[in-house]
Amino acid sequence: MNEDAKMVTPNTINIDGQDIPFTAGQTIMDAAFAAGVYIPHLCHRPGLTPHGSCKLCTVDIRNRIAASSPSDRRTQTKFTVDADSRSVSACTTPAAAGQQISSNTPALNEVRKTITQMLFIEGNHLCPSCEKSGDCTLQAVAYHLGMLDGHFPQFFPRREVDASHPTVMLDRDRCILCELCVRASREVDGKNVFAIAGRGIDAHLIVNSPSGTLEDSGLETGDMAVHICPVGAILIKEHGYEVPIGRRTFDLHHVGEAGLEKVVLAKARHHDE
Amino acid sequence: MSKTSITSQGNAIRTDSLRSVIALACAESRHLLHVLYALQRQFLHISDAALREVAAYLDIPISQVDAVVEFYSFLHKSPRGRFDIMFSNCTSCGDPELLRLLCQRLDVVEGESRADGLVSIDQTSCIGMCDHGAALLVNGTPIAHLDAGMIERIAILIETERPLADWPAELFVVTGNIRRAGLLLNDGLAAGDGLRAMLACGATGTLGEVIQSGLRGRGGAGFSTGMKWQFCREERGRARYVVCNADEGEPGTFKDRVLLHSHADAVFEGMTICAAVIGAKQGFLYLRGEYRYLLPQLQMVLVRRREMGLLGTGILGKIGFDFDIEIAVGAGAYICGEESALIESLENKRGIPRNRPPFPVTHGYLGQPTVVNNVETFAAAAHIALRGSAWFRKSGTDESAGSKILSVSGDCAKPGIYEYPFGVSIRQVLDDCGAQDVQAVQIGGPAGTLIGNAEFDRRLCFEDLSTGGSIMVFGEKRDLLAVIRNFAHFFAHESCGFCTPCRVGTTLLRKRLSKIAAGRGTQYDLDEMKRLAALVKHRSHCGLGQTASNPVLDAMHRFPHIFEQRLAQSDFEPYFDLDAALEEARQVTHRNDAAAHLE
Repeated sequence: MNEDAKMVTPNTINIDGQDIPFTAGQTIMDAAFAAGVYIPHLCHRPGLTPHGSCKLCTVDIRNRIAASSPSDRRTQTKFTVDADSRSVSACTTPAAAGQQISSNTPALNEVRKTITQMLFIEGNHLCPSCEKSGDCTLQAVAYHLGMLDGHFPQFFPRREVDASHPTVMLDRDRCILCELCVRASREVDGKNVFAIAGRGIDAHLIVNSPSGTLEDSGLETGDMAVHICPVGAILIKEHGYEVPIGRRTFDLHHVGEAGLEKVVLAKARHHDE
Repeated sequence: MSKTSITSQGNAIRTDSLRSVIALACAESRHLLHVLYALQRQFLHISDAALREVAAYLDIPISQVDAVVEFYSFLHKSPRGRFDIMFSNCTSCGDPELLRLLCQRLDVVEGESRADGLVSIDQTSCIGMCDHGAALLVNGTPIAHLDAGMIERIAILIETERPLADWPAELFVVTGNIRRAGLLLNDGLAAGDGLRAMLACGATGTLGEVIQSGLRGRGGAGFSTGMKWQFCREERGRARYVVCNADEGEPGTFKDRVLLHSHADAVFEGMTICAAVIGAKQGFLYLRGEYRYLLPQLQMVLVRRREMGLLGTGILGKIGFDFDIEIAVGAGAYICGEESALIESLENKRGIPRNRPPFPVTHGYLGQPTVVNNVETFAAAAHIALRGSAWFRKSGTDESAGSKILSVSGDCAKPGIYEYPFGVSIRQVLDDCGAQDVQAVQIGGPAGTLIGNAEFDRRLCFEDLSTGGSIMVFGEKRDLLAVIRNFAHFFAHESCGFCTPCRVGTTLLRKRLSKIAAGRGTQYDLDEMKRLAALVKHRSHCGLGQTASNPVLDAMHRFPHIFEQRLAQSDFEPYFDLDAALEEARQVTHRNDAAAHLE
């Protein structure tokens, strides 16, 4: 962070009663992250373009100017819960001086739990048989939110596995459409290997290659896109269960700890081993 | 299709024909949806080879082309029939019985192409023919006023493989049905009148008039049009753009169809005035795919306007006033009516609403300042430029100046276009359209508000009930729960899939409603549905998700009996239906006797 900029604009936002400084250009998530305040999230990763799709980082902002955005039709019906607060994604909403933000409240954590349940039941997440178990951010967020079941009926979608690549495996059953791999490939690896196709509940991850499979995509084991998957959708082949269950990232760390990204990315060589 | 092995020569021929179609399409427009439409029309689908060729020709990633093809309902990766029928499933211009009849008559499984490749039949969301009874699109052209007799005629024409161009012209008649003309529809506006008035008054003066007029966006959101233009004008950018949102997808809305058919000059004139005000050189009219049949005549209006010096370089002889309009045609995606999704679609991408801020007015098309307005808004602006703000303000209410053009459909004697000053009561509209024994009215389409007869004295205006134009009337005999299920299905089908609450929540709502309709719901299901609906409404990314649960919430609030009378007499019914789960086994074993059932 640019310390000079911080001095020039000594602005603060308030999250759950705590004043948090921010610098121009920071989002609510950036400011919270810098202050060590955890806002649950799945599709966000510092350094990549904020996305705002998973909605885990949903927060409520109070006391904003009454006139909401022109297309915000929520204000047009009588079911608006509270006209003085509006729901935004912390990862995409710019921090602005004086924002009064609710985040770690029972109501919002209930919303987050429901959204997490939605992510579980729309895919095929079988934790006990997944190599990512214990290193999976979806699973860790679910534990953090006290999720004990999927609550909703399972969708049991049929999704394709792509095992064509010599070193990387793509199991779409576990994909949560966070687009971290899409952005990492495009913005960090400079390759543009992944994209989302389809619409609505049929949206799915596709591979940018002549065959549509990973083998001719140019994806390499060292690419950030391979390591960034928060779930077990993208796995490196021939590296199964090297770290035993019970010693994995989220066995040893809480999902809200800062700096865990590095731990997750370097899974094969666990920093505590 | 022959089973001969594909030789490299065959491949080369196929590639050549793909490339020639792509090149021809690109000569007209390099908009991706246009190129894909041309391929789909020629080859009845977009093959994997076609994806690769388009990507290479336009120099964009294959995944981008693939993603777009799979996003839009009118594009297909497997071959459609030579007669491709899209049957509206709207509560006003659809009819599931006639759809079934046509499928049966032509021996087609809904959603599939017949084995001989002659015909395919599928459902599609509202095609904007709600004042014409049941309707369908055959190879993109609407046929309305469907009944059993019409279905038989169509079936014969298809089975005798009569080319569409030779079908009787009377099948394709679409009328304006203007039942009540008001401020705009009564006001004669010759091509160029508004522009000349604008030039006489000056761009700044005209902007002042538009602001003064109190004109607000006619798409339903109601943002001040003049302020939007001013914000755009003040924003710095390499270029500025004017976009007309003609992606009229809200079920029950067809007023833009009539405006584009009969008042296209006013619409284009409004866009050109906006261009002068904000300093734009390029405009786009984004026409919904369902209205593709209007494209030739809209292109003719543009040609005529260029000939008249109303578009192009040096408009009306004024040096430096350069502006032209390109028409982009959508391909079956309601979400593209959301302005930032529309811009994404213009940029050859999937129609995913952007994060806001920034808003299109600062970062729109190609990241540049862009005004996106509704068809009716631009038409109104052209009239305001000519008649002045006072003329406009004389109609309507304090906060809702002017008039609103309504599309009235459903259970009424005279469906059609009605233009009223803002502030008109629902009761007045119902009386005028000949609606009797009304159970409920859906204001502003499924995304709007469902009201019952206790509220018919409420008024249509931004202060009370806002609408983009859709008024759907439901008589006493309507199964209102079926209507709500139809709407829930619509939103689940049209959700773009970007954010979790809408992507999963709309499907969960649809399923929960089905359970209740099947008589298997309990009070627990109603409570669950309410909780889920609130989450989808408050936590979704864009206006689609934020309004998707309105029908459910409105109906639960105002018509609780339609749910309660279907509830099972127990505290809890599981989702899982053991007997229904055996259906696949029954089909495989060709059994349907009592012993093959649990009950």
